[in-house]
Amino acid sequence: MSRRFLLGRILLCVAGTAALPAHALDGEVLVHDPSTIVLHAGRYYTYGTGNGLPMLTSDDGWTWHRAGSLMSALPGGKAGAEVLARGGNNTWAPDVIHIGDRFFVYYSAPGTQPKSAIGLLVGRTLDPESPDYRWEDGGPVVWSDGVEDSNAIDPGVLLGPDGRLWLTYGSYFGYIRLVELDPKKGQRRYPDRAPVNIAINSEASILIYRDGWYYLLVTHGSCCQGANSTYNIRMGRSRKVIGPYLDNMGVNMIEGGGKLFAASRGRHVGPGHFGLLDLGQGVQKFSLHYEADLDLGGVSVLDIRPLLWRDGWPVAGDNLEAGIYTIESARTGTVLELAVQGFPVGGFRQRRGGPPGSGIAGSGPPPGGPPPEPQFGPPIADQEPAQVVANWSASTDVRLAPAMLQAQQKWVIAPVAGVGGYPGAPFFRIAIAGTERSLTATAGGELSATAFTGAPEQMWRIDQLIDGSYRISPKAVPGTTEALALSAVGSSMPTLTKFDPTSDRQRWLLGAP
Amino acid sequence: MSIIVTRMAVAILPWCLAASYCMAQAEPAAPRPAASTLSRPKSATQPVDARGFIRRWLVLEPVPVAGRLTESAVQEALKLAALPDSAQPADGAKVTVNGVTHAWHLLETSNYNLNLYHFAWALSEPTSNVLFWTETAVESPREMPGVRLAIGSNAASRWWLNGEPVIALNDDRQSVIDDGVSRRLTLRKGRNVIRAAIINGGGATDFCARFLDENDKPIHGLNISP
Repeated sequence: MSRRFLLGRILLCVAGTAALPAHALDGEVLVHDPSTIVLHAGRYYTYGTGNGLPMLTSDDGWTWHRAGSLMSALPGGKAGAEVLARGGNNTWAPDVIHIGDRFFVYYSAPGTQPKSAIGLLVGRTLDPESPDYRWEDGGPVVWSDGVEDSNAIDPGVLLGPDGRLWLTYGSYFGYIRLVELDPKKGQRRYPDRAPVNIAINSEASILIYRDGWYYLLVTHGSCCQGANSTYNIRMGRSRKVIGPYLDNMGVNMIEGGGKLFAASRGRHVGPGHFGLLDLGQGVQKFSLHYEADLDLGGVSVLDIRPLLWRDGWPVAGDNLEAGIYTIESARTGTVLELAVQGFPVGGFRQRRGGPPGSGIAGSGPPPGGPPPEPQFGPPIADQEPAQVVANWSASTDVRLAPAMLQAQQKWVIAPVAGVGGYPGAPFFRIAIAGTERSLTATAGGELSATAFTGAPEQMWRIDQLIDGSYRISPKAVPGTTEALALSAVGSSMPTLTKFDPTSDRQRWLLGAP
Repeated sequence: MSIIVTRMAVAILPWCLAASYCMAQAEPAAPRPAASTLSRPKSATQPVDARGFIRRWLVLEPVPVAGRLTESAVQEALKLAALPDSAQPADGAKVTVNGVTHAWHLLETSNYNLNLYHFAWALSEPTSNVLFWTETAVESPREMPGVRLAIGSNAASRWWLNGEPVIALNDDRQSVIDDGVSRRLTLRKGRNVIRAAIINGGGATDFCARFLDENDKPIHGLNISP
């Protein structure tokens, strides 16, 4: 099934309110062991396991293209002789980091495991079209001799908050190890020191840092068996980079501990190979691969998902699924609605249960009669747009109002095919359910709900923020190139303003109406 | 509006509405004391307060309306209580609305908000099922684009700046600071006229207003001279 066809199916499903398929990324996303995604000169890059380290690029983070291999730009087209001698001629599971004016690529060069090496490549640009594009062999960085309790593959690099550079590596032949690197040269800073063992029998290790904690993320389970793979991402944390890394129950990862971060779900089997993609302004995402995308015949594919934080631990978020939602302001608790007169769900009705004898419905007989028996009424059906649309004015204004479960507050959020997207998701259309009135950014940074034309100001980027709320941004705003986001000004006014990650004004909660 | 009243009042209010007699507001036996939060201005102009709130307003005595709070009901109330085009709000000026003559009062509030319940109660005027017209003028030292009028009202309200409608709140609500906010506006250099209609169903009724800058911060340096 092509991705385009899949998106078409999503739209049909929304129209019919049927169950919705999950979606990963668009385009040529077949990859295994993707490196941390790097944004360089307006383009996203990742590299994976395979001959010469296959390269995937994307202009928007949603639609990806295979773009040859990294090692095709390396003199000789393969790992250097010393790397081959320490390890072997396979090229697996790289990681990339940008420091200063250079990129360091660390890659696995296994021979007959656990005899393996991790090699270094150094370049000044990732862009193959740049005149400066070339890679130089930086030699082996770490290796395993085939006897020791470690397998030197699956590098992961972290530039810590103090400017120190760290490399973790290892696999299912013993320890996951940590060494310090020289940020200027990319090689080991103290080659004579023994590596530090920080976890055991896992793969795809990588460190991230946040608020005084180092987090070690690894992949447990089996890889490379399609839908039979049990890959899952687990984690521990430590105040010191050298560990100990303990999970949420205090179990040391060197003794097999690890709090679950991501497991198989929906149509995606075997998540593995975490990579942090920090987009700034409080928006964090992570890259990974699934061992098997059931919608694509069970092949291994790239995905990008929101990264949330809860109780001091990272949490794997999910890209937004097409559906019908209320859009609630985290600032005010009011919801976005079309500015029309609402009608109570179930129709207007008198207040029930007034004082006896008042004449109000349900108030019972006059004083002196028997007390009324409390009664439930029959169920009241949800309000469908068709019930009330004909009574609405032609207003195209939008506003915020108390949630009342009414039709003018129900928004269909559905991906739009063929217009690109952003890391992890396509652009969405946001329209009042049952109507063509689509949320539209207007000149001056205001909003309306007008007929859908497919214009950029009707395309919306919806990023889940680290607290689980959403930032909702138009692809374009007429009359300005400034990036703006849906914002609540006061309790009843939605507008577009520059995003402030510290404020609730631009945080939105998407829920079932 | 009924949200603020006591639990007992909440219990009684529907019965009162149904019985259609307790809203008649008992006739006062004697003149009531002046509203504690309202006074007559002692100077020609007054700056907005430290939080940007406008504290000086011309307020017309309440005009009885249905007091229902939906968009269509508010439109009906505005039609019923429409001010004649010739109306020139000024302290003590009188205007006939729906066949009844009402007087404008120049008021200064000691709070961020203007308590219309205090105002009407002290005059022995009805406080429920009424529409209050209010107006003021803001002197801006320079043209200010990109500002927003931000108001709170108990209950529904409509607001105009220099004759243009800028805010419409149709339903029953408490007065909350910056509840209703306009789109981006331009304050003219010099005099800018704010007019509003506040429609109350029952219970307390009040409003507040200020201008916000592009960062939602209150604007200072404006002088008020209704």
